[in-house]
Amino acid sequence: MLKQIEGSQAVAQAVALSRPEVISAYPITPQTHIVEDLGLMVKSGELSPCEFLLVESEFGALSACIGSSAAGARSYTATSSQGMLFMMEAVYNASGMGLPIVMTVGNRAIGAPINIWNDWSDSMSARDAGWIQLFVETNQEAVDVHIQAFRLAEELSMPVMVCMDGFILTHSYSQVDIPSQELVDSYLPPFQPRQVLDPLAPVSMGAMVGPEAFTEVRYLAHHKQRLALKLITEHADEFGRLTGRDSGGLLKEYDCAGKETVIVTMGSVIGTMKEVLAEMRAEGHSIGALTVRSFRPFPIEALQEALKDAKRVIVFEKSLAVGMGGILANDIRMATRGLHLTVHSVIGGLGGRPITRTNLRRMFEKGLNDQLNRIHFHDMRMDIVNRELDREKAQRRSGSAAENILSDVGLVAAAKTI
Amino acid sequence: MSGKPAGAPLKAKEYKSEVKPVWCPGCGHFAVLSAATKALAYLGLPQQDVAMISGIGCSSRLPAYVSVYGFHGVHGRALAVASGLKAARPDLTVLVAGGDGDGFSIGGNHFLHACRRNMDMTYIVMDNEVYGMTKGQASPTTSPDWAESKLTPHGPGVPSFNPAAIALASGATFIARGFTGKPNDLAKLLVDAIQHPGFSFVQALSPCTTFRPDQNEWKKIVRPFEQQATDDPVEAAKRIHADDGMSTGLLYQTRIPVWQPERDVRVQTDQLELGFQV
Repeated sequence: MLKQIEGSQAVAQAVALSRPEVISAYPITPQTHIVEDLGLMVKSGELSPCEFLLVESEFGALSACIGSSAAGARSYTATSSQGMLFMMEAVYNASGMGLPIVMTVGNRAIGAPINIWNDWSDSMSARDAGWIQLFVETNQEAVDVHIQAFRLAEELSMPVMVCMDGFILTHSYSQVDIPSQELVDSYLPPFQPRQVLDPLAPVSMGAMVGPEAFTEVRYLAHHKQRLALKLITEHADEFGRLTGRDSGGLLKEYDCAGKETVIVTMGSVIGTMKEVLAEMRAEGHSIGALTVRSFRPFPIEALQEALKDAKRVIVFEKSLAVGMGGILANDIRMATRGLHLTVHSVIGGLGGRPITRTNLRRMFEKGLNDQLNRIHFHDMRMDIVNRELDREKAQRRSGSAAENILSDVGLVAAAKTI
Repeated sequence: MSGKPAGAPLKAKEYKSEVKPVWCPGCGHFAVLSAATKALAYLGLPQQDVAMISGIGCSSRLPAYVSVYGFHGVHGRALAVASGLKAARPDLTVLVAGGDGDGFSIGGNHFLHACRRNMDMTYIVMDNEVYGMTKGQASPTTSPDWAESKLTPHGPGVPSFNPAAIALASGATFIARGFTGKPNDLAKLLVDAIQHPGFSFVQALSPCTTFRPDQNEWKKIVRPFEQQATDDPVEAAKRIHADDGMSTGLLYQTRIPVWQPERDVRVQTDQLELGFQV
């Protein structure tokens, strides 16, 4: 059914259609609306049977899901930013134990300095944790991918994060088709846990594993993620046959076949890029784009194929490996080894810095003219950075960089407003 | 910091910073700001001798509004950060500020251990029985039948956290409760708390006008404790459990050895400067 609703509300409805049995929640902006809507559905009886637990922290939220999932219940939670970091020990625990929890990440920056706006620092901090990470472009895709995520998680016994841009998606209203319960039931069978609480064969979960077996257990997690590459495609195809929609899967190409320059990104920013790129193609430029929808597992072979004709790849990402550069860019460089192309890493949109058609166009043109460095910080004011560097050089006690820079950009009071 | 000559006493308002609070109109936290600055002025504490540490939440904005050293840290960790500060600078008067969410749920563990560590600091918890910053969810001190939050569809349904009882059980040596509707009484409590050698805990009942308009009724039911403070933990426990959480004043105070640094690691400004061409 078509509805004009908020992204968070749409996700809540998709999760409810997936018949979770335990939801554990702790509020953190910008994901709070998702779990609040689920709470209301539990209250009204619309979502039943389902246990809804408000716990004392994100660490508690994911830990409760670990307990309920281990006991055989379909389990769901959502988080953002600092919440993801606080639950990190449980993040590794859930994947290490092969528990098919689904978690929405309303992507948000990580502090200090404290910032509530969108970038991908939170889910990127868990990229090696053994969870599948699926990025979505629109709220429609968020709905569809959540339903696929439960099936994928449970088939593989592996937890899945659905990553959606905080505010840009979670708080925006758009027209979304919410599938029927019948459709979802036909697509997503009831949860059949791989490990169950069986009095005839009692188990103690969470074995201590020493050097004699640790490598094999870790390898298995890696092996299963590689298996997931095939399943993700199959699940998306099957979902597409039921709904007529192209949601999920490994990659999404936006007129990139045979193009000299290909932009690679993830998430919602492609929405703005598409328009700029269409303009530039109309002017005769050979430029296209693709988005990585499955970031973990990383679709190396699919990327090799999609980028085989490209001469130049511009990877745009809202994340930064401090001291190294782009995270997605580095993965793309690895995946395109052997192809004759140049990869430019562009870091942008950090902490919610607006990404506009104008500033994208400027950056793409730089790329076409070979003026992008190996690492390029999109729409960054180097004069502000240099002023702080000069200050630090001039005086040992130059103070806190964050507060100084706020002052420099004219937000003196804001520097002390927290 | 003020431009007054060193040593000149400051008025309460001079302990306020130039930053305007962004709290909602009518928020109880304004009275905590007022009480804290009055207490600092009464004690005549130089601004540079005071540090205020907080975590995350509406109440954790307090350090920005007070013109002493401020630190706004990670959610729930204010007491742990303050412990580190006190270890490095035992000479500072350390005030820790936060709310019932920061202090009792996500940071609850640190509350227990700060009580038993008995470092000389004052912990002010602005308790409004709700998560304000994330827009109105139940906190550990919310009553079991408060069903206004979408996150607790049938009300929290579990007994609320009793901060005074937990502080007592964890070994706190100063336990008091104030009310923001009585800011002068609250300021006096803070004076006593700051002067108390050891860990002092002040629960400030601080109504949230936005998400808990029902707390406007608090001014009708808040009253002073009937008895003087006790130093007997058994008696204190009885009083805490006989009380509905709305009695205010000093409840319990005892003196046990205060945490002392084993060695003086105090960071000396002049020593630091020797190492640098300042």
